[in-house]
Amino acid sequence: MTQRVFIPDETTACSLGTDAVAKAVKAQLEAHGIDAELVRNGSRGAFHLEPLVEVEDAGQRLVFGPVSPADVPGLFGSGVLPGRDHAACLGRVDEIPFLAGQTRLTFARVGEAAPLDLAAYKASGGGVALERALSISSAQVVQEIETSGLRGRGGAAFPAAIKWQTVLDAPGTEKYIVCNADEGDSGTFADRLLMECDPYQLLEAMAIAGITVGAKLGIIYLRSEYPKAHEVLNAAIAQAQTAALLGDNILGSGTSFDVEVRLGAGSYICGEETAMLESIEGKRGVVRAKPPLPALSGLFGKPTLVHNVLTLAAVTSVLAGGGSHYAAHGTGRSRGTMPFQIGGNVLCGGLVELPFGRPLDSLLNEFAGGSFSGRAFKAVQVGGPLGAYLAANDWQMPLDYEAFAAAGAMIGHGGVVAFDDTVDMAEQAEFAMRFCAIESCGKCTPCRIGSKRGEELIQRIRLEEANDGDLQVLDELLEAMELGSLCALGGLTPMPVRSILKSFPGALKAARIEASQVR
Amino acid sequence: MAETVQHWSPQEDLGTPVSPSMETVELTIDGVKVQVPAETSIMRAALSAGIALPKLCATDSLQSFGSCRVCLVEVANRRGLPASCTTPVEPDMVVNTRSERVLRVRRNVVELYISDHPLDCLTCAANGDCELQDVAADVGLRDVRYGIAGENHLDLVPDQSNPYFDFDPSKCIVCSRCVRACEETQGTFALTVSGRGFASKIAASEDVNFFDSECVSCGACVAACPTATLIERDVVERGLPTRTVDTTCAYCGVGCSLRAELQGDEVVRMVPLKTGGANEGHACVKGRFAWGYATHADRVLNPLVRDDPSHPWREVSWDDAIEFAAARLQEIQALHGRGSIGGISSSRCTNEEVWVVQKMVRAAFGNNNIDTCARVCHSPTGYGLKQTFGTSAGTQDFASVGHADAILLIGANPTDAHPVFASRMKRRLREGARLIVADPRRIDLVRSPHVEAALHLPVLPGANVALVNALAHVVVSEGLVDEAFVAERCDTDSFAQWRRFIEQPAHAPEQLEDVTGIPAAALREAARLYAGAGNGAIYYGLGVTEHSQGSTMVMGMANLAMATGNIGRDGVGVNPLRGQNNVQGACDMGSFPHELPGYRHISDSAARADFESAWQVALDPEPGLRIPNMFAGSRAGQFRALYIQGEDVAQSDPDTQHVQAALESLDCLIVQDLFLNETAQFAHVFFPGTSFLEKDGTFTNAERRINRVRPVTEPRTGLSEWQVVCKLATAMGYPMDYPSAADIMEEIAALTPTFAGVSFAKLDRVGSVQWPCPDAESTGTRVMHETRFVRGEGKFMVTEYVPTEERANRRYPLILTTGRILSQYNVGAQTRRTQNSLWHDQDVLEIHEADAELRGIGDGERVFVSSRKGATVLTAHLSDRVPAGVVHTTFHHPESEANVVTTEFSDWATNCPEYKVTAVQVLPSNETPAADTVG
Repeated sequence: MTQRVFIPDETTACSLGTDAVAKAVKAQLEAHGIDAELVRNGSRGAFHLEPLVEVEDAGQRLVFGPVSPADVPGLFGSGVLPGRDHAACLGRVDEIPFLAGQTRLTFARVGEAAPLDLAAYKASGGGVALERALSISSAQVVQEIETSGLRGRGGAAFPAAIKWQTVLDAPGTEKYIVCNADEGDSGTFADRLLMECDPYQLLEAMAIAGITVGAKLGIIYLRSEYPKAHEVLNAAIAQAQTAALLGDNILGSGTSFDVEVRLGAGSYICGEETAMLESIEGKRGVVRAKPPLPALSGLFGKPTLVHNVLTLAAVTSVLAGGGSHYAAHGTGRSRGTMPFQIGGNVLCGGLVELPFGRPLDSLLNEFAGGSFSGRAFKAVQVGGPLGAYLAANDWQMPLDYEAFAAAGAMIGHGGVVAFDDTVDMAEQAEFAMRFCAIESCGKCTPCRIGSKRGEELIQRIRLEEANDGDLQVLDELLEAMELGSLCALGGLTPMPVRSILKSFPGALKAARIEASQVR
Repeated sequence: MAETVQHWSPQEDLGTPVSPSMETVELTIDGVKVQVPAETSIMRAALSAGIALPKLCATDSLQSFGSCRVCLVEVANRRGLPASCTTPVEPDMVVNTRSERVLRVRRNVVELYISDHPLDCLTCAANGDCELQDVAADVGLRDVRYGIAGENHLDLVPDQSNPYFDFDPSKCIVCSRCVRACEETQGTFALTVSGRGFASKIAASEDVNFFDSECVSCGACVAACPTATLIERDVVERGLPTRTVDTTCAYCGVGCSLRAELQGDEVVRMVPLKTGGANEGHACVKGRFAWGYATHADRVLNPLVRDDPSHPWREVSWDDAIEFAAARLQEIQALHGRGSIGGISSSRCTNEEVWVVQKMVRAAFGNNNIDTCARVCHSPTGYGLKQTFGTSAGTQDFASVGHADAILLIGANPTDAHPVFASRMKRRLREGARLIVADPRRIDLVRSPHVEAALHLPVLPGANVALVNALAHVVVSEGLVDEAFVAERCDTDSFAQWRRFIEQPAHAPEQLEDVTGIPAAALREAARLYAGAGNGAIYYGLGVTEHSQGSTMVMGMANLAMATGNIGRDGVGVNPLRGQNNVQGACDMGSFPHELPGYRHISDSAARADFESAWQVALDPEPGLRIPNMFAGSRAGQFRALYIQGEDVAQSDPDTQHVQAALESLDCLIVQDLFLNETAQFAHVFFPGTSFLEKDGTFTNAERRINRVRPVTEPRTGLSEWQVVCKLATAMGYPMDYPSAADIMEEIAALTPTFAGVSFAKLDRVGSVQWPCPDAESTGTRVMHETRFVRGEGKFMVTEYVPTEERANRRYPLILTTGRILSQYNVGAQTRRTQNSLWHDQDVLEIHEADAELRGIGDGERVFVSSRKGATVLTAHLSDRVPAGVVHTTFHHPESEANVVTTEFSDWATNCPEYKVTAVQVLPSNETPAADTVG
């Protein structure tokens, strides 16, 4: 059996130096005549360990990391592959606590093999879901998804089965599948990690969706800031076509479905589903009013199934393992697993796929291992830039859509950004408004003008120039944005601001009160 | 004058377009039960029930957009506050438009608007006509709590580049109504929102000024703007109107309904009427803005006479002028016979004015020497459609194009010549209809934003009949004939004969490639597309009629439509795009030497008897002279006097030198016009005419729609034109008098079966009527020949292609064809006297680069254009819009003398001149360019 060395070729890992490490390893292997294949696999998402080198020996994958090029001679200089007894060895993959503590369904395959290795994909269960989908009726597929309890992972958590059923039932022969890969939330990277490291899973899921609802074309709307994902997806599509996972005759079934990648142009709002559809149609990325729902009148006015990367990918788990198996994970109405993305001021950042229901605190302490600065955590923003900032008394809250909603927060796309006690919450509140002002498409007034006025108002409060009534104005502005905005950008921008007002009392008020005391 | 004053107020706006649904939904809004068609918005449901709702981005001419967020409402059992404009009604829905929360959010949204808006309402041009002002009042905004220190757009600089309207971005609320109007209503896509978020602003083209942008100045954006951001310059300078008069545009044959908005008797602005049947709230740069000629200093307001055209004019009273004219005409008749005089009626005048002119000729002149300027444009339409279908008119209404699946556009350039219809057509094309353009030039519709023709057939000038025969050959030989339709609806003998003719291999596209200049494969594809698309519609213009085989071509198109079953329902038909506002009406009103009103032949003694009995005069049963015969007769000395109403034959008719010689030979030429035109140089009597703003009457547009023309002011000349004609007839011994124009229509209705049910009272009540309108109950006919052809069975006519004798040769190697441009109109008498000349200040000669290079001609250089008839000098514009071998010019400016080069050839059946084909040579000229003619 050939010996293999795995070094990730994935954006985060590369940015931490895996290319240089790979080069050094290759040189060592050659210099010492070690008969081992160097595989550039995907990253497992334990970024604090990157560059992470895995050595396969006798079917075991041993982990070394983080490895710098300077460390490489120490690993391979002896002329044989480093073993378990090497001082730097962290143990087997399943012995790494950050990974061992996860429940990986969607990300099970991520980091195992070279992303474009179709044989490895099949060997690890790839294609099973598609075959099953081809063997049962559309109604049965939708039933499986309903059983699974899968909800939209892009942020809105809308029950996936209802969308599928709506598109399936929509009249017309021209329908589309659109995969939203415009992953723009700060602190999120799960879509990218999946597309770069397990592209076939997404393509398989899209094919299942197309076959089920009667679409012939799927479009992946990919943000332009993901060049590696673009490259991988295009290569994967070509190979999937060759292998009949896509194309005119999928797995010999006579059914056709194909996938194209469209690049965004750098606009956050194009991650909003209707603005994304406008963008794909070649127009300005501006939000559409709903109704009509995209499921009935979406891309080019045709019924369109729009899902985030993670939602679609989860469908392969649902079909392969069965809806009830998927639903066995989780809690309440939040079924299955959620790939959380830990970032910010943390010791161990990366992807953590967990069943719903675990407390938020487990992400912070069990997985993240505390703050990077060593100081105490003060706030955690969950769900991207529009998510709530949660203070310590909320950290025992279960990771569950309903629990978060009840607390004025959201799981969103699963981004978790931690801040230590040096953070200025008033500045974060101002940032929320500024973010909205920068990223607003400008169509609706509460978002276009409201975010700008909100930014200015909070600035005034922070500069202690505010009038006594300004908090009342801010409150009414937040209400107008929440209730009046056309889409979730303006509608959710108040969430972080309100969470700061609620959970960090004094952050905004203090300045004003102090100011009035000065006068 | 209207009997009651119509006070100015904005036109009704129910916020979102009407729902086409036939189902009715009942819901409750603010406790009121409301029934509306399904798919209606909550907003429209509320507004149509009289329940007020604030709105800014919504207007019922545009699809709902949902951006302004001031129309939010509460809906029972629904989260949040849905926008009433984008939320459709549902059965038993319970809506609350005025909850405390709704009112607070609305007020906060309006406060945001005002935090970025100048607080200058009192000095703003839109004060009193501003929807933002109305909404701020509605929500009770009393304070802008954000202060004035925030970022804003108040320093943005106004764009005053357009002569008719201003754009002041500092007042813009970014509702996108202008952008959407440019897209949805006009279809030009000149406007966009540039930037995003707070930086969003309206931009013309790629952020250039309006004048330099792709904007066609139709005014749709100005009409749609809820604030003073886009506003008519006249309103800025003069203030808001106080009263309104609804009338009809006097430019092209689309016949847009316009609302003249006035201060006293002065027009402040002209806006398209949303209830207008032809235009449904849209207009173009001419109708909307180019009405200033009516008060231009060049207007002649008093009658003029002179004994000889070499003498100076003498200003005289109406009575003296009429006596002078009558005496001359009678003297000439006494010397040279009854038939030595005649008249030409005008397609620019009302039906009532035309009626009295032809009546004067027949009854007072005592002959049938009456013709009309339709002779030189659409006479072949009348002839061709009468032969085949039985009616000298187009088959559809304009709205029909909204149901067409394949549109065959032949020899017409609607985006320039019929812009409001072009907007309808473009909308349908954006919805997916396929377009075939048959035109030597690559007109804009071949490819422009969001429109692309499926096929462009660049037919060589003069080869139309070969083209239509080849199309028909494909239909017949490829089994595309709608046999059931033909069997049921058409004259089968004529069909059999036609089929034998058209089946001949000589008509195959492959055989005719060299004649038509069209690749056979493209022509076959066009035939299949037209015949097989479902609803195939033909639209055509003067590129069909103004040929030696104009009438043959019209019949060829009628054959094609009948053979494919594309007649008698929405979305199909054979549709002339009429050049002038009342071409249809002038023809309907009996302006032809062989036809009485209603297209009844003068030799038809029963018809003649009706008129003789009504008019108490004996009518000449022999047809009179056509215009070309009049000119020939004049040069021969037999025809001695001519009355011309509203046509500048010296500029507009072909072979100018011949026309001028004919006019010079007359003993008496009477010209009735707004201005001393080119023809008036040869006149003895000049009767000042009235502009459409002074006329009371009706125009009939290209869809047979009879629209009211209402005066905004008394005739500035003191007399209505029909009164002048009546006085002249009376002075010649045949008393004619009517209490009002309405009484003329009463006579028209009494003597013209297709108009029998038409009256001013009915038109005032229902807006407009498309003839036939045979009785008092009828409200007209939208689509003709629905169950049977007017002539009974549709008749196929054999259409042998006969090449014109006007051919390119060694001396005159290029073919000149003529056309129109958007900003100017025909001979330019009106548009040249407006700021429209800023867009097009001279006629240019479009010439293909290859032809130009061969002759050493550069772009913008002056060139000498000569035919066997004459020569003129024009500025060359190198262009690949024309194919090599073809050159094109407009004829809007008299100094261009475009018709100096056109020839005497004409349609074999109707004498419609062959303007579209003149063999010319083009050579460099050393003459300096002509000065600008703005004025």
